[in-house]
Amino acid sequence: MSSKKTIQHSEAAARFNKDTERVNWHDETLWFVREKRDRSANQIADWELLRETASKIKNNVLSNIHDYLIEFEANAKKNGITVHWAADAKEHNEIVHSIMAKHDVKQMVKSKSMLTEECHLNDYLAEKGIEVIDSDLGEYIVQLRKEPPSHIVLPAIHLKKEDVSETFHEHLGTEKGNIDPQYLTESARLSLRNTFLTRKVALTGVNFAIAETGEIVVCTNEGNADMGAHLADVHIACMGFEKLIPQRKHLGVFLRLLARSATGQPITTFSSHFKKPREGKEIHIVIVDNGRSTQLGREDFRNSLKCIRCGACMNTCPVYRRSGGHSYHNAVAGPIGSILAPNLDMSKNADLPFASTLCGSCTNVCPVKIDIHDQLYKWRQVLVKEGHTPTSKTVAMKTMATVLANPTIFNIAGKSGRFVMKNLPGLVNNKMNKWYDQREMPAVPQESFREWYKKNSREAKAKDNE
Amino acid sequence: MSSKADILKKIKQNQPALITDLPDLSVLGSEEFDVLETYKTVLKNIGGDPVEVGNYAEIIQYIKANYNLDKRLITTIPELSEIATLDWTNDDPHSLQDVELNVIKAHFGVAENSALWVTDDLLGQRVSPFIAQYLAIIVYKKDIIPTMHQAYEKIGNQEYGFGTFIAGPSKTADIEQSLVLGAHGARGLIVFLLD
Amino acid sequence: MKIGLFIPCYVDQFYPKVGIATYELLQKLGCEVHFPMGQTCCGQPMANSGYQYLTKGCDANFIANFAGFDYIVCPSGSCVLHVKEHLHDEKQEELAAEMRKKVFELTEFITDVLKIDSIEGNFPYRVGMHVSCHGQRGLKLSQMTELNAPFFSKPEQLLHNIKGLDLVSLTRKDECCGFGGTFCVTEEAVSVKMGQDRIKDHENHHVDYITGGDMSCLMHLEGILKRQKSPIKTIHIAEILNSLGN
Repeated sequence: MSSKKTIQHSEAAARFNKDTERVNWHDETLWFVREKRDRSANQIADWELLRETASKIKNNVLSNIHDYLIEFEANAKKNGITVHWAADAKEHNEIVHSIMAKHDVKQMVKSKSMLTEECHLNDYLAEKGIEVIDSDLGEYIVQLRKEPPSHIVLPAIHLKKEDVSETFHEHLGTEKGNIDPQYLTESARLSLRNTFLTRKVALTGVNFAIAETGEIVVCTNEGNADMGAHLADVHIACMGFEKLIPQRKHLGVFLRLLARSATGQPITTFSSHFKKPREGKEIHIVIVDNGRSTQLGREDFRNSLKCIRCGACMNTCPVYRRSGGHSYHNAVAGPIGSILAPNLDMSKNADLPFASTLCGSCTNVCPVKIDIHDQLYKWRQVLVKEGHTPTSKTVAMKTMATVLANPTIFNIAGKSGRFVMKNLPGLVNNKMNKWYDQREMPAVPQESFREWYKKNSREAKAKDNE
Repeated sequence: MSSKADILKKIKQNQPALITDLPDLSVLGSEEFDVLETYKTVLKNIGGDPVEVGNYAEIIQYIKANYNLDKRLITTIPELSEIATLDWTNDDPHSLQDVELNVIKAHFGVAENSALWVTDDLLGQRVSPFIAQYLAIIVYKKDIIPTMHQAYEKIGNQEYGFGTFIAGPSKTADIEQSLVLGAHGARGLIVFLLD
Repeated sequence: MKIGLFIPCYVDQFYPKVGIATYELLQKLGCEVHFPMGQTCCGQPMANSGYQYLTKGCDANFIANFAGFDYIVCPSGSCVLHVKEHLHDEKQEELAAEMRKKVFELTEFITDVLKIDSIEGNFPYRVGMHVSCHGQRGLKLSQMTELNAPFFSKPEQLLHNIKGLDLVSLTRKDECCGFGGTFCVTEEAVSVKMGQDRIKDHENHHVDYITGGDMSCLMHLEGILKRQKSPIKTIHIAEILNSLGN
């Protein structure tokens, strides 16, 4: 959180890599999810056309979101839903709390909502004396451990079953050492069933909001959103405004893409369409901005708002798989998190766009075709211009620029010191040669290519033969 | 209210100047495959059980053979009154917590993902397909359609308060990616495919 | 056909044999090849670090050296991609735009411009192909495993007629090696781990050589291989394609 000093991605990643076995497991497990995604995508002949279509729908949404929001609100109200607007995280949290206060309720059951993570709702409500229980199994596990989720779809992917067993033993009284996932899941099911049956307020996220009908769609595999919402008197659904889509039929495109991209499933177990509250009950929708309208104004970065939170870019990212979600110190980790986070706080998140090799795999798996790796490149340029990079790096870069722009200096520098290798930033002002820690330097050859060329090129030889 | 005005104002200022066209959806969903066979295969792959039946009598027979009738069985289908109760739809939804099996009908099924479309009018209570330990859904074979595009064509402007696609039993893989059926909702799903 | 040979700065300094192989190969294939002596670097290390604004000097120098050639050919997908995407010159933007279209990576130049499908050669070893990201996902030199699209590979196609070459099929066909320019030092832990994991995949397939179209990736992998005292060697694809005696 912002009050604590943020540990840079590279440092957190270095720590994560101290346990090689754990890193290998994390990498292989997420790669397995990527492979399931590939198999699933390859079964759909129209896959690439679907991505293109989804991308176009989202482009249309971004260009017309003002009118869609007005249309959505009007239709939702007609359906008997109360609509709230929150400019930022603080207002979002206050609105949620005010609904709880109005009903004089002190307990809430919550299904997965990355937005509430972004707004730190749990901490806020805890301060107000309200108990929140996260009902998605992964979220429940990390909540008991007082950790943030490390992945938007697989919140506890950084943990092994031994860790979960320990946590459940401590909090739910499960058998010590019983690491059977079936047993552990069953224990959580029993505990959470009691929660569902006793909570008067349920909060869910929103996967899609449909302007044309004023309904919202929530997708889960566990059924936890539905168990919460249908048993509570009040259902609060929180959404970033970019969740809008124009028409119901567009769900056909997104529901085909979402789960296949996320986990390789053909669809989530439940895709629930909430249009009207049950008789005598309430549905509240909180529409949140929290920096999104600013991002909408950044031409190079507005496409990040097309994201449908499938997590495919995380699963495919070779850096994410080997650094873990927590190293991104942001509610949304991985490549997509790294292009969203600087918009929220440039100084705190300046390291994230650099936590990438720009390999481009993220862009290729994205179901709505966000140019993620190009945006990472562009954020780097912005962060440098806005002064969020270390001075030593800037000095090194300026030296490099001068040398490389001038062939005469370059040739002298190259001959004497193999200039480029020596000046890879990070080597500068650093006692340790970071290349050399775990890698050998390339051997220095007798002569450079240009030296060889001077003697051996066709022109040189022709001259010699004259 | 002021936040709404501020947000909308900022959005209007910042959204792209040109409204891009919505794409043509009619080119999608033309894949050709054996709809019923695909439906069954996909359902099995995600942990559900397809059972082909000729009539309600066969459904009753199947349930009698596979479920404990001493436990609480509920349904919204009058033809099944012999094995399940029908008088629960106006009760407090919390009272459904001890339901062993819930048998409902679906409007249609989708072959590509085995999802079944159900709405309040078929559910009796919204929570019924989630709170029961086991779930059985009846769908006519003729109502299995190929993809989600046909599904939304069929839904069209259908009026409902709540509707959901159900594909297989409730599940989670949040512990080390090990698949466990029966997370919070039904532990098992039977789909009766009716002639 | 007059070719300007564009040799990445680190290849010039550390891997002259790759430059030599590229030069000889292109000549064998009937091209008139010149190496402009004033070339330095395309500016990518700075641009990828966020300092694209400092690359104007590099751009101007690149244009001064390479204007006037029919094609600019380079044995590195990464450098070519940078030039294709980012070469600009306020004073002569038209020329810069034209040059962005004239720059080619070596293997795509052979298959797409020279229209040569395969090259004779001799390389009797088991070889793993390291697919470099910028060449693949940037220049589309080969199909990407993320897409539902038919397979192709320009570099692999060229290796088909190399005698004795046994090309293995890797488990992860196009995962990044972790070099990533300055990433290799700023995110050293992850960079090295990615490289080690790539090497493991090649080891599991018992390769003698790891080849590829980008010496930067190979330099990173070679650095790790040498530290591990591995018998596996790295070799640029130009050296294999130039394996038939002159």
